[in-house]
Amino acid sequence: MLEALSMSFFQNALLAAALASVACGIIGSLVVVNRQVFLAGGVAHAAYGGVGLAFFLGLPVLPCAVAFTALAALITAHCTFDRPERTDSYVGVLWASGMAFGILLINLTPGYNVDLMSYLFGSILTVPRHDLWFMFGLDLLILGLLHFRYQEFLSLSFDMEFARAQGLPVKRLYSLLLLMVAVAVVMVIQVVGLILIIALLTIPPMLAETRSASLARMMLAATAYCFVFCLLGLALAYQFDLASGASIIAVAALTFFAVRLVHRWRAP
Amino acid sequence: MTDMAISVENVSFAYDGDDVLDGVNLRVEKGAFLALIGPNGGGKTTLVKLLLGLLRPRQGSIKVLGKDPVQDPPDVGYVPQHAAFAPSFPITVRDVVLLGLPGQKSFCFQPSTSAAASAGSVLSRVDMAGLAERRFDTLSGGQRQRVLVARALISSPSLLLFDEPTSNIDPQGKICLFDILSGLRRSITVVLVSHDVISAAAGITDVAVINKRLLQGREITPEMLELIYGVHEDSCPLDGYLKTLSAVLEKPEQNRA
Repeated sequence: MLEALSMSFFQNALLAAALASVACGIIGSLVVVNRQVFLAGGVAHAAYGGVGLAFFLGLPVLPCAVAFTALAALITAHCTFDRPERTDSYVGVLWASGMAFGILLINLTPGYNVDLMSYLFGSILTVPRHDLWFMFGLDLLILGLLHFRYQEFLSLSFDMEFARAQGLPVKRLYSLLLLMVAVAVVMVIQVVGLILIIALLTIPPMLAETRSASLARMMLAATAYCFVFCLLGLALAYQFDLASGASIIAVAALTFFAVRLVHRWRAP
Repeated sequence: MTDMAISVENVSFAYDGDDVLDGVNLRVEKGAFLALIGPNGGGKTTLVKLLLGLLRPRQGSIKVLGKDPVQDPPDVGYVPQHAAFAPSFPITVRDVVLLGLPGQKSFCFQPSTSAAASAGSVLSRVDMAGLAERRFDTLSGGQRQRVLVARALISSPSLLLFDEPTSNIDPQGKICLFDILSGLRRSITVVLVSHDVISAAAGITDVAVINKRLLQGREITPEMLELIYGVHEDSCPLDGYLKTLSAVLEKPEQNRA
């Protein structure tokens, strides 16, 4: 295992895991407390349309997927904010149409030779160095937005009606939140793939939620959980020659169920 | 006009063509404690949203603390119904209160000393200072409602709007809440929205009943009960209830004692 640390692809994988953990810890916490897990799943699957578009147009995948997913997230935010009772229906449309759009574009790409599975299930061991810089920039963006808008997001998440009565621009904040979900989703596609993203956006925050006294601490704890899961999953994948994305999620899920069992056992 | 905290003149409002408010007039003096009572669907929440500037009236004019609430949101403390909160939201009592002071809580930094002191002060007013570091989700319904009152009070508003404050809390919690509200009388204008006529009878100076139209007075009259509940035959069980209700409401001070 130690010899793997000297290999540049493994070092890149560790850096990618750390960068994706920051996004997952922060955005995942907001997704969980706002009960938008299904919405985040829809955005994740819409990202596949961005992947397909990147191949079709011959553009870099990560920036193109971010732009496409951000646009899908903004449209979804507009539709679901005004008609929250139809959120599940809108998400259903977004989920399937994004995937279909991506598959069709890849079909139409002349002479394409894309490993679709790497986008569906992740390929953290093949993340190139320039993508790490892009992920770093996206993390800075998320941290900057959080720093300047933390109380607004806290107010929106805790009590949207009160936030609105205070004169906060709740629709703009809601759209910004979904925009950040889109950014996080595209970052994590490389780590665990879009099928498994939802687990990294939900399991670490749920584990962190019960013991955190504030949303900020929940975000920090979720980031730490996420990174530990990525490390253990990578170690498992390396040791037993398993798929890295699935190994990471398996570690997270087993930890989640173990913690829940212990809580239940300890509960009076 | 300057002695009026709220002035609503001939206001009408409709959702998708369905009239919810029709020619509503309401005047609330500064320092008054108004109970706004009405059945579900009677337009209470719509009127509250109009007063907060969240909706624009189809016709008529609204002034809250001398300002048009849509153009210039007034200094209003608002206590919404607490049932909408996520059950396990990670937030302390003190941080909930600080949400009433925009710009005081950041991701990296602690709130300013003055903001923390203000939070401590308003928590003392609602007798919750000892629980400032507790998680909000570990409190009882009545304690949560007191924290939300503190959140509304921290910005020292001139007007407090309570939307169904006694729903989902036990009788002891209601008594504590009304004690707090009684302590606020005269120092601040309070509008308490309720569908529960009996609860609203405690400590009020003015009453308004709303059911698409609005009637206002110093106490509840048979016309107001008729507006809320309609007219019923003597043999109808609701008629007996309304007569008992009228007797209870006749002398609310005695009933509270």
